[in-house]
Amino acid sequence: MTLPIYDNGIASGLICGVLFGYALESAGFASPRKLTAQFRFTDWSVFKVMFTAIIVAAIGLYAAMATGVIAANSVFIPTTYFWATLAGGALVGAGMAIGGYCPGTSSVALASGRLDGLFFMIGMVVGTGLFAGVFDPIKGFYLAGEGPKAQTLPQLFGIPTWAVIGILIVVAILGFALGSWLERRSGGALTAEQLNAKDGDDSMVQQIGIGTLRTS
Amino acid sequence: MRSTIRPYWPPLTAGIALGLALFLTFLLSGHGLGASGFFTRMTAWIGGELARPAMESNSYLGPFLKAGAPLASWISWEIVGVFIGGFLAAVSSGRFRLRLDGAPKVGGGSRIAFALGGGILTGFGARLARGCTSGIGLSGGAPLAVAAFLFLIGFFIVGIAASYLVRRAWA
Repeated sequence: MTLPIYDNGIASGLICGVLFGYALESAGFASPRKLTAQFRFTDWSVFKVMFTAIIVAAIGLYAAMATGVIAANSVFIPTTYFWATLAGGALVGAGMAIGGYCPGTSSVALASGRLDGLFFMIGMVVGTGLFAGVFDPIKGFYLAGEGPKAQTLPQLFGIPTWAVIGILIVVAILGFALGSWLERRSGGALTAEQLNAKDGDDSMVQQIGIGTLRTS
Repeated sequence: MRSTIRPYWPPLTAGIALGLALFLTFLLSGHGLGASGFFTRMTAWIGGELARPAMESNSYLGPFLKAGAPLASWISWEIVGVFIGGFLAAVSSGRFRLRLDGAPKVGGGSRIAFALGGGILTGFGARLARGCTSGIGLSGGAPLAVAAFLFLIGFFIVGIAASYLVRRAWA
């Protein structure tokens, strides 16, 4: 069997999605308070989990390539369009700071009973529609600063892949240490107990007229 | 449904689990995990139901409609899976509760406005960046794509700045 198997069917989507959703909720990423606390430096879970996941998957991918389990250039690598990539990242960051989520986390938010996750999704549909509406006038910006196709950090800096992964590991260790220190100063990372216990949020559900949907 | 609330996984555990799920996704599909692609197809589908001719002539969303069945794609099934996985994790740990979460220091109407406004910025931004935190940040980060780290630099710098502006609503 050659890998990747390029299975883009229903079962493949469901399996990958279930694992993704289960991991996101278990990390606490259905909570908008936990997600936004990263930007206030009081809870470093977003940095810790994302950086660890990137490093684990990077090691897996490059070990699989080095041993010939998968061919080089056999997986999708996005191409940089300098201004659109940077500005898009900035808007997604602002969107999380204000609205509490990103697209994937709003989905697990709704799945854990958070109705604001649904409003965030409605907003995303509106934002996508707005983008489509102005696509022609902003196309120049959308395509500006195109980098080499599927360029990676090892190619950009001209250093071996394992050196880049090594640097990321060092950054992760420093980030974990700094993050944990700042978390302790602000009373610790937010816990599941703090973020899911019954509190004033329940009355909010009644306030917006859907109190009958309450399950507990 | 559990009545006691189980703690979240420690970040290192959750990161390793997420990284393995991402690696498996690459081996299965040839690409990483995503999310915003589903909302793009959802927008194309809703637009097609509301005003098909206008939407078909749109240079960005038109191709999704003309290809037929915009929601019938891997990313849609993946998002269905994300719902199922997120629901199972929440219910089995006593963390499922129907509520209006969001900015804790403001009332219900403002929470909805914040969620809608943040969603609009995110929807627009994810199209501009050709992906979101999962599709570009995480899934581009794994093969060490330059685009992923550029995206994450913009994400964190502006996220921190915007967070400072709305700090009275959130903390």
